[in-house]
Amino acid sequence: MNLKDKKVTLHDMSLRDGMHAKRHQISLEQMVDVATGLDEAGMPLIEVTHGDGLGGASVNYGFPAHSDEQYLDAVIPKMKNAKVSALLLPGIGTVEHLRMAKDLGVNTIRVATHCTEADVSEQHIGLSAKLGMDTVGFLMMAHMASPEKILEQARLMESYGANCIYCTDSAGYMLPDEVSEKIGLLRAELNPKTDIGFHGHHNMGMAIANSLAAVDAGAVRIDGSVAGLGAGAGNTPLEVFVAVLERMGVNHGIDLYKIMDVAEDRVVPLMDQPIRVDRDALTLGYAGVYSSFLLFAKRAEAKYGIQARDILVELGRRGTVGGQEDMIEDLALTMAKEKGLV
Amino acid sequence: MSKKLKAAIIGPGNIGTDLLMKMQRSEWIEPVWMVGIDPESEGLKRAGEMGIKTTAEGVDGLLPHILEDDIRVAFDATSAYVHAENSRKLNELGVIMVDLTPAAIGPFCVPPVNLADHAKNLEMNVNMVTCGGQATIPMVAAVSQVQAVEYGEIIATVSSRSVGPGTRKNIDEFTRTTAGAVEKVGGAQKGKAIIIINPAEPPLIMRDTVHCLVEGEPDQVAITESVHAMVKEVQKYVPGYRLVNGPVFDGKRVSMFMEVEGLGDFLPKYAGNLDIMTAAGLRTAEMFAEEAANGVITLPVRN
Repeated sequence: MNLKDKKVTLHDMSLRDGMHAKRHQISLEQMVDVATGLDEAGMPLIEVTHGDGLGGASVNYGFPAHSDEQYLDAVIPKMKNAKVSALLLPGIGTVEHLRMAKDLGVNTIRVATHCTEADVSEQHIGLSAKLGMDTVGFLMMAHMASPEKILEQARLMESYGANCIYCTDSAGYMLPDEVSEKIGLLRAELNPKTDIGFHGHHNMGMAIANSLAAVDAGAVRIDGSVAGLGAGAGNTPLEVFVAVLERMGVNHGIDLYKIMDVAEDRVVPLMDQPIRVDRDALTLGYAGVYSSFLLFAKRAEAKYGIQARDILVELGRRGTVGGQEDMIEDLALTMAKEKGLV
Repeated sequence: MSKKLKAAIIGPGNIGTDLLMKMQRSEWIEPVWMVGIDPESEGLKRAGEMGIKTTAEGVDGLLPHILEDDIRVAFDATSAYVHAENSRKLNELGVIMVDLTPAAIGPFCVPPVNLADHAKNLEMNVNMVTCGGQATIPMVAAVSQVQAVEYGEIIATVSSRSVGPGTRKNIDEFTRTTAGAVEKVGGAQKGKAIIIINPAEPPLIMRDTVHCLVEGEPDQVAITESVHAMVKEVQKYVPGYRLVNGPVFDGKRVSMFMEVEGLGDFLPKYAGNLDIMTAAGLRTAEMFAEEAANGVITLPVRN
């Protein structure tokens, strides 16, 4: 693979996707500490919100240590060069949240829908574009639809005003060929001015390989997370990815040693558990299940005595999509009843 | 059977047609008119074949017939944008309006919780909230009737096939309206609503989760009893309303996991979200009819 002299924009997820791995309990101080470290390392874009995006604070997904407003308000004024993005899932967050984010200085809004339901994003993408924000359409669980379907949905988001479209491997299920095919089709068929992005999870150990395949196929924005801090087995570990890009001669704009140090000195110490491909995270990738289900399934295992792996496989069989965290306790109860455990 | 109230349905789409099929079995409501705006529409043709008078001239096409046909109740299954005008014109002629759009001009109505009050007060416009609201607010109310609910949260998961373009274009309206009704009707001090659309095939039956955070330790026995009683109340008009799991108690949290299967009249059985709207709308009109027949309320005088 020859990626020499290609240019990619990296986008850090540790303070948003990483919130899943931290049960949304990152302190303001920790957020500012990681974000300023990333800023100094040259990270151009950093995502900050509840793991489930603006308005995600809930019983269903977990109440965060601080509100989205508090996190954004703490981080944004401290940034010298980095811009801040916010995720928004229609059905969870609303245009009021979007306006709040804009007022606090958020640069980029990423409107996320399941990969077949892009038409719920018209309101939010439309407003974000109208407000002059960098507007991203984020198609989640992209392994669940064909390349042609992904393209159809991407075109909808593009028509609403998105200037960048993501193919998002929320389950860490994809293998490089699938990434190449989907990103390649988006690049070939969308407006040449529309950027293409890829967001990976490391559940099958493929995050780096998939991200390289994405760049090769035309993606110019790549999500990752310093030290991999993210849902499931984490996101593409950015310090590793930067080193790989460096070796391949890709123009990435990050100081490798500085991002290594942020990973080692600022992010690893705040982890509640090692972010690794354990059997449950591997099951997410293998069964094609939304990565943030991981800790919920582990908790259901502890409470109801049903193996997290069995719960996750069944959720995959049922075609569960992102946001259906409520099904985990529900299903664990049903399985426990069948086994006579409750 | 003079006790039956005569009705018009505005909007011959999926909801309007399903409502018509349910109404044909009603002991209290007699469907007379179906109102559309497109003479070629399938829905108007279907209604005509079912022996219902139709007009493609919108509500204005219905107005001249209100008095001669003694139309007493109308169901608006169009959109929030045109509802206010429909309601004004029909209310002026003494027609009670059951609003199935998100317009919410009138008070929210969730039958087992507050319909009796609306009927007693002869509210001339009642709003049926949202599908997620109809499926979950009875559960919030079942808890809040026992113990103060500081926070009520509902998650409605519906099949992609059952979500129409109107809802998709303005999904914020769902979250906003439902959260408001979780507070106003459900009795939670603060409400939150989440909607998830799932494209699985075959389509999944509507699922709803209700989380309440109560003040103090939950009274498990009383809450469980109240929840089961409320499920029975909803089952009177939506037989496929089921408590799958719960109530689960975890600290201050009380959670109920529901499934809503429709009757499969016009809409498929998985579309419990649409069925519970039409069933609740019809139940609402029936209550007004019953109260009128019992002399509890007096309908607007007509000569």
